[in-house]
Amino acid sequence: MDFGPQLFLASLDGMVTAAVLALTALGLSLVFGVMRVVNVAHGEFFMLGAVIAWFVASNIGGHAAIGFIAALIIAPLVVGAIAAAADWIVLKRLDYEPEATIVATIGLLYILQQGALVTFGPVAQAVEPPFNKRIEIPWFEGANVGWGLFTTSYKLFVIGATIAILIGVWLLLSRTKIGLVMRATQLDRETAQAFGIPVEKVYALTFGFGAALAALAAVLIVPIQQADYLMGGDPLLLSFIVVIIGGLGSLRGTLVAALIIGMSDGIISVFFTPTLAKIIATLAVAMVLVFRPQGLFGAKAQ
Amino acid sequence: MTEATTPDSAEKPANESRRALLKGAAAIGAVAAGTQMLPGMVPYIQAQTSEPIKIGFQVHKTGIGAAYGRWYDRTTTAAAQLINDEGGINGRPVEIIAEDDGTDPKRGAEVIEKFATQHNADIAFGTLFSHVVIGSAPRAGELKLPYFVVSEGHHVASGMLNRYTLQPGITDVRSQVQSMAPWVADNLGKKVTMIYPDFAFGHDHRDYFSAAMEAQGGEVVAKIAIPPTEKSFTKYFTQIPRDTEVLYHVMVGPAVLTFVKELGEFFGGRGPEVFGFIDSLEAVDMASPGLEFLDGTYFWEGNPRYAGDWSSDHDAFYRKAVGVDANGASVTDPKDISTYAHMFGCWETLHIVKAAMETSDYSGPEGRAGLIEAVENMAVFPHSRAHPQGDKLFNGRTHQAFGHQFISQVKDEKLVPVHRTSIFDSYYPDEVDYTKQSF
Repeated sequence: MDFGPQLFLASLDGMVTAAVLALTALGLSLVFGVMRVVNVAHGEFFMLGAVIAWFVASNIGGHAAIGFIAALIIAPLVVGAIAAAADWIVLKRLDYEPEATIVATIGLLYILQQGALVTFGPVAQAVEPPFNKRIEIPWFEGANVGWGLFTTSYKLFVIGATIAILIGVWLLLSRTKIGLVMRATQLDRETAQAFGIPVEKVYALTFGFGAALAALAAVLIVPIQQADYLMGGDPLLLSFIVVIIGGLGSLRGTLVAALIIGMSDGIISVFFTPTLAKIIATLAVAMVLVFRPQGLFGAKAQ
Repeated sequence: MTEATTPDSAEKPANESRRALLKGAAAIGAVAAGTQMLPGMVPYIQAQTSEPIKIGFQVHKTGIGAAYGRWYDRTTTAAAQLINDEGGINGRPVEIIAEDDGTDPKRGAEVIEKFATQHNADIAFGTLFSHVVIGSAPRAGELKLPYFVVSEGHHVASGMLNRYTLQPGITDVRSQVQSMAPWVADNLGKKVTMIYPDFAFGHDHRDYFSAAMEAQGGEVVAKIAIPPTEKSFTKYFTQIPRDTEVLYHVMVGPAVLTFVKELGEFFGGRGPEVFGFIDSLEAVDMASPGLEFLDGTYFWEGNPRYAGDWSSDHDAFYRKAVGVDANGASVTDPKDISTYAHMFGCWETLHIVKAAMETSDYSGPEGRAGLIEAVENMAVFPHSRAHPQGDKLFNGRTHQAFGHQFISQVKDEKLVPVHRTSIFDSYYPDEVDYTKQSF
């Protein structure tokens, strides 16, 4: 395949990866920014989103789109509720102490993963996409079009839906009272409390919201990649990479880093190997930590 | 957009939080290691009784091999049931002790150790994925525990393992691909691109199919390795050269359905001839949406999934005993598709163990060497109820069985056998003589 078409295909696949990664990492970044909690169980909330999507879609009959839309609504809500409950039952009682919350979220990771294994089972399950039209990309080879130059309508939908969700999250944080309260809590917890902000409720809400974003990302990707109880590992690792490169708690940095990591993963995987893509991403983390420890967009510590 | 901190309040929190984040990243590593060992840590106490013959069954209940594990389990249970109904082995009942290896080599070796030291199993048996076998076999050798694998990998016959490891119930990849290559070259084309999983099993495909294809005057124009844990595949397909005449695919892992679907999307109804190993679609319904493009393509099958006029009475008996319907699905759930091309190996291996234990008059662990010698002295397994897949020859020197292979074509969402190889198509010179190793 020629260089041009191959690069185009790689970029398209990279965009899908970047989109899902942006949503997942945004959830992690938000939780970290507001609560200072390193949520090691974040990948399991992603997995839970995919598994619940499968349960919903396979229990609702009719056209695939009905099950998918139901999953799009139900999975983030359920996962958000589980996360908020976990915050209320576990993290709050640890006073959000950094070391303790890391250990607690590791425990949560096992509970969620093994819980999914017991209820969902060890075998990967597919969710049917609501639509999946193959779209030819004819302009590279003119009339003499070969196989392989394509994308699908669903992949384009994932990219579009992600952009819409990201704009929604941005509006929520910058234009609504909930967003204001979250930002205030992030800036200074004690002052916020002194001004009458119910910080504990904000924390539960933030933890739930972060998990719901991961679940939403999973519902979007599951018609392409299947649900599986072990699927939480990669998104967790990549989200951490993105959050470290982008800058702690910086949402803008998270988005830029997700785009860089997602696109480079797609392109390097195609022209070299997927292993090299992972090596370079990890190297980038090391470089960022050495030369710009606050991340690309993080506020500089003085 | 919100930013993390303001400069004057930032100093401590930013530093602290970065440390916290790094700790979290380190914790991921610890978790990854922990996930592997957790279930193995559960203490298991077994009542001591010398009455039954204990067969330690190493099975992929979880991990990337779980679909195979589920059916290896059912097949093994059915075979043990039959053996017990017919009086057991040497008059003793057979007890299957199943332990999950998590499709993980490290835990596989631990499971072997548990069989030998905690369960006092007479033999170990069962597992499929080549990396688990390669990780477990050295421990079985050290513990002097006969280890009967149902794995397909060439690692037994290659001489890589030891005298305690045997594969009498299923053929190996080298013989499979060698007997496929002439048919592929004659009927589909000579310029082949191979896609295979990037571990021992896939490397066997890569090495031996390339060699066999060259022997036919063909050529492998590209070799594309994919990690078995991969979730998305289109990016690999872009490496398929335009002059490819035949696409050869074999894939394993939880995402095989995605793999084949993306293959169909990639070609969009055009492209080269497609020849796959059914591993790419084991436990997957041929009628799944997105697989329509497979119609007319070809698959290797170790044992035909669909029953038809090609099926023997022995196959019918075995199919019924395991609980598989004519479409290769569970009789209780038509959506639960079996791993029919592989799991017969469990059935046949247990019958070989029975025959060898009776020949060597096996009575306990001190008879293990005699048991292995009895298997090594076997040469022919006739097509029978104990060997429903077909007749086989056994090479005692290499500890490997040789048998017939099937090429099936997809027609109306079913697999219809179009070619059955002879056993001799699959034979190759010995690479090892395990009988020369001491016990």
